[in-house]
Amino acid sequence: MTELQTALLELIRRTSAEIPDDVHRALLAAGANEQQGSIAANAMQIIDQNIALAKNKSQPICQDTGSVLFYVDCPVGYDQITFAEAAREAVRQATRKGYLRQNSVDSLTGKNDGTNVGPGAPALHFQQQRAPEINVRLLLKGGGCENVGAQYSLPHTALGANRDLAGCRKVILDAVLQAQGKGCGPGILGVCIGGDRATGYEYSKQQLLRRLDDRNPVPELDALEQDIVQTANALGIGPMGFGGRTTLLGAKIGAVNRLPASFFVSISYMCWAYRRQGVTLNEAGGIARWLY
Amino acid sequence: MIKLNFPFTEAAVRALKVGDEVLISGVVFTGRDAVHKYLYEGGPLPPGVSLRDGILYHCGPVMLQQADGTWQCNAAGPTTSIREEPYQGRIIRDHGVRGVIGKGGMGEGTLAACQEHGCVYLHAVGGAAQVLAACIRRVRNVYFLEQFGAPEAIWELDVVDFPAVVTMDAHGRSLHREVFQHSQAELARRL
Ligand code: SF4
Repeated sequence: MTELQTALLELIRRTSAEIPDDVHRALLAAGANEQQGSIAANAMQIIDQNIALAKNKSQPICQDTGSVLFYVDCPVGYDQITFAEAAREAVRQATRKGYLRQNSVDSLTGKNDGTNVGPGAPALHFQQQRAPEINVRLLLKGGGCENVGAQYSLPHTALGANRDLAGCRKVILDAVLQAQGKGCGPGILGVCIGGDRATGYEYSKQQLLRRLDDRNPVPELDALEQDIVQTANALGIGPMGFGGRTTLLGAKIGAVNRLPASFFVSISYMCWAYRRQGVTLNEAGGIARWLY
Repeated sequence: MIKLNFPFTEAAVRALKVGDEVLISGVVFTGRDAVHKYLYEGGPLPPGVSLRDGILYHCGPVMLQQADGTWQCNAAGPTTSIREEPYQGRIIRDHGVRGVIGKGGMGEGTLAACQEHGCVYLHAVGGAAQVLAACIRRVRNVYFLEQFGAPEAIWELDVVDFPAVVTMDAHGRSLHREVFQHSQAELARRL
């Protein structure tokens, strides 16, 4: 294995087995905030035990190890083809070692060849930058939470949602209501206002690369993020939909331009098993430091 | 916490109500999409397997076979139950199932079958693959492994103190319906 393959394998292992610190802190706070002895508090306790057990045993936090999504920031001239080959090899290895479940199915034949490598898997996103660093971020996104994602086209008559921020708020909160506990909440929303149908969802997932405790630099979006979390947590859906005080741990919202004729709001729901990590690579392709 | 021990009698199950937290001990059988479709279409259970007074777990576990041929469970969280909604009611009736473990809850058909035949829906914590795998003390047997593949096979498991919450009981109550209605009303006040 090359140094880059080894680094990517370790990135996958750690992402699958260890919850990032910012998420862990939010989960602990949510658990402490639930009413002592309630079903919600007990569910949060099981979640916390699970996080510790997975880390100690270096085993997947959840058996659905999800879609494997790489986001790479690299300098001009970086060899993306070699990176893609290394990423596919690291995914094969990680699957053999049990860091990833055999989780990728041919959509036409229904066959699972057990490698997690195939058309579109893993998914790779490259972005060139003027800086010399290479940053690799990884999301493992499970199926249960992906299934409760939603895309709304505004205006939305049934919800009375117009093409403005108030309309965005209505549809985002509707997505939370419809999801209930089915996405293994408490959840985290990644939201994109604008774009086309494809770029909207794409950008909504990129919002999930942000740290939970960051603040949105755009004042209107920052206000909307705080409002969504506060309102969602007043609905009483709670962990797993059991009822309780924490329905969302966070909401991250971005906006991109749209066509005059379209107004999409795209929402990606991430479960409590928020598996997200990242590394800065050194010149040889090894891990220089962790990003979260 | 209420202890629920095998065999799961109708009386014990009818005594449960929505919101009860239980610790399940005894034999549990896994079954997901392939098994549900097969049983619904009248397929027979393998010799020696009975779901009567038993619990069916919606789960596709990660199993590793040891050198001596036995199996070890590496991860075993619940999978989304609603996919089995078209089949569940009839399977509860035909096989005398007393409990269904899963996540996300089920619909009106299953709720009616629970009430009529004496069964409950037990919600495990989604994603808690390691904690729940630790409750599985022994893999007793596996059926339909060739036919359906490992995640879809019927695994016969010995579990000890497996934690779950009764979210649909045998009296027609569903926590999922109640939480949805409550949250819908709360949201309406905040729009
Ligand atoms: S939604 Fe997340 S926690 Fe729940 S089963 Fe899927 S990956 Fe696991």
